Amino acid sequence: MGLQVLAEGGEFEAPGVKDFLFSDPDKIWVLNKAMVLVVVAAIIVAVFYLTATRRMKIVPNRFQFIAESFYDLGRNTIAREQIGSAEFRPFVPLILALFSFILVNNLFGIIPVIYFPSLSHIGFPLALSVLVVYPVYHFVGMRKHGVGGYLKNQLFPPNVPWPVYLLLTPIEFITKFVANPLTLALRVFAAMLAGHLLLLVFILGGEYLVVEASGWFIAPGIFSWVFALVITFLEVLVMAIQAYVFAVLSASYIGAALAEEH
Amino acid sequence: MRAIVLAQAEEPNPVLPHVSEIILGFIAFGLLLFVLWKYVTPRFEKLYTERVEKIEGGIEKAEKAQAEAEQARQKYNAQLSEARTEAAKVRDDARLEAENIRAELRAEAEAEAARIVAAGEARLQARKAQIIAELRSELGRNSIELASRIVGESLEDDARRRGTVDRFLAELDTAGSRN
Repeated sequence: MGLQVLAEGGEFEAPGVKDFLFSDPDKIWVLNKAMVLVVVAAIIVAVFYLTATRRMKIVPNRFQFIAESFYDLGRNTIAREQIGSAEFRPFVPLILALFSFILVNNLFGIIPVIYFPSLSHIGFPLALSVLVVYPVYHFVGMRKHGVGGYLKNQLFPPNVPWPVYLLLTPIEFITKFVANPLTLALRVFAAMLAGHLLLLVFILGGEYLVVEASGWFIAPGIFSWVFALVITFLEVLVMAIQAYVFAVLSASYIGAALAEEH
Repeated sequence: MRAIVLAQAEEPNPVLPHVSEIILGFIAFGLLLFVLWKYVTPRFEKLYTERVEKIEGGIEKAEKAQAEAEQARQKYNAQLSEARTEAAKVRDDARLEAENIRAELRAEAEAEAARIVAAGEARLQARKAQIIAELRSELGRNSIELASRIVGESLEDDARRRGTVDRFLAELDTAGSRN
């Protein structure tokens, strides 16, 4: 069946990771679409907030209100909830930047012409989690409790019979020092890669069925496009949730590092 | 099938990060974070502080205005009741005064009436006395004339004449009182 289809039209190339425009892995310094998009996203977010906050009014206009809603989400819903109202203030810019930056980068995946979620390149989420969030939460934890106190807090949770530490401490160590930053990055990366791949499958598959195949295959091709549209809406949800989850988890790691007890 | 396998073999591994992407992502995010930290967050926080102050100030002002209104109302009520008591007092005073004036006038009128009555009486008495005196002298003269005519004797001596007349009058008086 599949062979017959292939024989009638041209060869169908299944969309895959190669469609994410990876540059040659041997060359280290190379500019690709994702890198341009990341820079553009940073500029968009910075310009958005700078413009929105330039002439702030007590009674906000519509534009300022939107910016304030984002700021409220980052400040009150995420940072204050996770870190606690005593210590969250210094982390508000970080949480807000993480959420907004990731959201814009993700939304690139469904914006016409661009159609590319830049965080589907794992380098960027890794930069955010391993180079930013990871050092931040360990640093603030050690600054508050001292290196020894912090490690004791993190690796030896109180109120546990001592033999349990044999099991618990290695788990805690792996969680806090290895797994947390990696899973943080992998989560958003995988969601973006898989989501975009899913869209590619339905759009390119539909296109192949409509253009290359003929007759009755046009109907499932069009159905495939309609389904791609539905998935697009689902993707918007996933993109927003991933940005939110990244920010919430970052804040929660910071909150856990600052907490007096585990 | 063979083609797909080949394609997969050629595909890059998506989990291996590019160093350039990590560095660029870090720098781009770092700059963004700096902008938000340096400019955006302070502006939002300033606005929030201002808003809180404004709202709290507004509430305070409203409370103050309410208190003032309440105070004014109480003052007004106090003034009103004061005015009411004053009006009642004025009314009472007026009534009292009117009563006094009426009594005074009545007393005055009564006194006047009494005076008029007394004056009339006095005048009457005086008139009566005068008439009596006139009658007396006239009666005396007439009597003398009559007597001299009847007796035919001139009574030139005044003292004697008067004595005679007085005696006659006294007799008349006694005769009058006896009657």
